[in-house]
Amino acid sequence: MKRFLTFLCVICITSACNDKGAKEVIVEQSTKEDSLISDYQLDVYNFNEFESFLTKKDDKIYVVNFWATWCAPCIKELPYFEELNSAYKDKDVEVLLVSLDFPKQYEKKLIPFIENKKLKSKVIALDDPKMNDWIPKVDENWSGAIPATIIYNKDKSQFYERSFNFEELEAELKQFITP
Amino acid sequence: MKAVKVLSSLLLVLVLSAFTISADKAVDDGYDIGDIATDFKLKNIDGKMVSLADYKTAKGFIVIFTCNTCPYAVAYEDRIVALDKKYKEKGYPVIAIMPNNPATKPGDNFSAMQKRAEVKGFTFPYLMDQGQKIYPQYGATKTPHVYVLQKTTKGNEVKYIGAIDDNYQDADAVQVKYTEDAVDALLSGKEVPETKTRAIGCSIKI
Repeated sequence: MKRFLTFLCVICITSACNDKGAKEVIVEQSTKEDSLISDYQLDVYNFNEFESFLTKKDDKIYVVNFWATWCAPCIKELPYFEELNSAYKDKDVEVLLVSLDFPKQYEKKLIPFIENKKLKSKVIALDDPKMNDWIPKVDENWSGAIPATIIYNKDKSQFYERSFNFEELEAELKQFITP
Repeated sequence: MKAVKVLSSLLLVLVLSAFTISADKAVDDGYDIGDIATDFKLKNIDGKMVSLADYKTAKGFIVIFTCNTCPYAVAYEDRIVALDKKYKEKGYPVIAIMPNNPATKPGDNFSAMQKRAEVKGFTFPYLMDQGQKIYPQYGATKTPHVYVLQKTTKGNEVKYIGAIDDNYQDADAVQVKYTEDAVDALLSGKEVPETKTRAIGCSIKI
């Protein structure tokens, strides 16, 4: 099945199939000991395509974190988002890690990072150089510094231009969980 | 009754401290357009101290908070050099300030700053914000973060805050040069077309 999916992806790329609007980056790594091919598919969006991740109207709570592999405070807080994701995923909470890595770093740094850290939360990449256009659409008060996080559900949304530890992050999330 | 008094004075203290916190926050937010920017006396990579007041003939300044270690700052290094070359002669020199705490970010320590400036051929002062006293007054949150100041009788007035241009990835794909447009407008006595812009950057390391 996995092979079939890989095959499908390759077909998709070679035929420039872009119906979901997301570009796909595939990295193939083969080790010398065995010839197992591990591949990781990274979905890359421009802001227009990405915007739907900030406006979902279902019953879930979304925790959207903007980060990059080069951002030290982001890397430091990433485990707390992972912890939150595993602790609350059966409570209709979804963590989304939005990488702002440079496109030329996707294969060299971002994908190896995701694989090495075995990130369980969904990771996507946002690649849109027109930052002055889209940053205010994420939040009017965002200066553009990362890390930055949005927690939202269909009723309300809260933006944070700051770093978190797990307790702080969980406390913010709990404001969204109705008892 | 006494308990009530104690409670209410406690409450008063709480309320007052809440006010203090919000007052501090307002200061933390830094400058807005039209504010007068503070001068400083910071150590340059050549060991000399630099102040805005040293520039007697300048018409204003392009103050840029930047550093060695942020990929966005690095992506803009050549463009910062170009800005200085273009506008120093016209009266708007670039003054670069490194706001990070080098204890947190060793790649931004003084000798690393000297090396980077030499490699990239910085034509402008590259100052260490020793003790991190200056960037919070400006309200810089990230690198790179630009403040265009115009010398007025009141002091150095903030005329533009934000990004260098609208494409960090590719200098050739830039459509709007925000900082240049701001300085050009000031040089020709016009209003700055876009006074505040935003860009992704690395948060300043404390």
